Amino acid sequence: MSRAALLVLADGRFPAGGHAHSGGAEAAVKAGRITGARSLEEFCRGRLHTTGAVSAALAGAAALGVDPVALDEAADARTPSVALRTAARKLGRQLLRAARVAWPSPELDALAARFPKGAHQPVVLGTAARAAGLGAEDAAHCAAYENVSGPATAVVRLLSLDPFEATAVLARLAPDMDKVARKAAEAARRARDEGPETLPAASAPLLEVGAEGHAGWDVRLFAS
Amino acid sequence: MHLDHTHDESAAVSADAHRADGTRRALRIGLGGPVGSGKTATVAALCRLLRDELSLAVVTNDIYTREDAEFLLREAVLPPERITAVETGACPHTAIRDDISANLEAVEDLEDEVGPLDLVLVESGGDNLTATFSRGLVDAQIFVIDVAGGDDIPRKGGPGVTTADLLVVNKTDLAPYVGSDLARMAADAKAQRAELPVVFQSLRSDEHVSAVAEWVREQLAAWAGAPAK
Repeated sequence: MSRAALLVLADGRFPAGGHAHSGGAEAAVKAGRITGARSLEEFCRGRLHTTGAVSAALAGAAALGVDPVALDEAADARTPSVALRTAARKLGRQLLRAARVAWPSPELDALAARFPKGAHQPVVLGTAARAAGLGAEDAAHCAAYENVSGPATAVVRLLSLDPFEATAVLARLAPDMDKVARKAAEAARRARDEGPETLPAASAPLLEVGAEGHAGWDVRLFAS
Repeated sequence: MHLDHTHDESAAVSADAHRADGTRRALRIGLGGPVGSGKTATVAALCRLLRDELSLAVVTNDIYTREDAEFLLREAVLPPERITAVETGACPHTAIRDDISANLEAVEDLEDEVGPLDLVLVESGGDNLTATFSRGLVDAQIFVIDVAGGDDIPRKGGPGVTTADLLVVNKTDLAPYVGSDLARMAADAKAQRAELPVVFQSLRSDEHVSAVAEWVREQLAAWAGAPAK
């Protein structure tokens, strides 16, 4: 594996559309659930251990070469909110575009041909990691990190939160991210051996509900 | 992988001159510039003037609303299926320069759904003087400023004023009321841009948007005649 390739893929400047999404933070700010660094950290920790754990396991499984069509179905089944399914496919399509240029591979081309309007983002992320020569745990780390770095960056813009404090939140969550990624890699290996139905299915109902409401707002900064 | 190949070809990546089915894609022209300088009004005027001679579509990049798209819809400058809004997460320059994927998808979806198209206008969200479009997204770009924003803007320069393929100085009818010196703006623009063209326009005058439309027609002719990238 190439550690540098992992940095390229995990970089917040990787041009895959993430900058326009808040990971539910915009809805949580409006609802008064995120008001500063402390509540951002609680929000991110909850997100990491629910949708983050699922995304990381999906990405890990895709990195191991588990059938992406089956994984995409598994992702759909684990995402009740239509708005979140739409956002995940949009982001998957954008990531795929960038990844195909960064790490050209027949598997990424095949994924684009099979899902012209986008597969779930974690599935694309894992396939991109695979094309970059990375493993399941790398892909899971990447998914876990962007699961919380997205909301943290968004809250800097939404609340004019001190960017140092937002970064400190991410640093404090690093041990949790490692834990989530390790468990996700185990789940990914199990999915490879026993089928994608064994993947974790943790959910965060408030994120789902918030996303549905957010999608109907007239004025918003973020797409999701 | 167990992917069934329903498509033989896969989607184009960014600036490729051809679409996945081998046909030549539409020319893409970006319009950028500060808030309130008249980008949307210019897009609307271009649509009204060109819609009978060209197959065209518009992508808007609002900062936090869908107002630009809704203005174009309300004015009925094009059928609604030819106008798409992209959301930019509070960073309009990112969506047209550093991370162009959402805009590329909007352009390609328009071509899929209402094509074939000759021209797609991509309007950026109102931004600052450093905002420019990536060459991976557009083939040419127009930077729109206005006389009421201060007649020192051409002198200050910046990537938009200096490098855009066409600089439009809008609202010339307001110059006497805001104390802007059009001759000075023209001289400063010439100094910043050398041979690159500048158009002074007022959408309230008889000439209206005709000079910009003429420039667009020239770009189209060059695009149609150019060898594939």
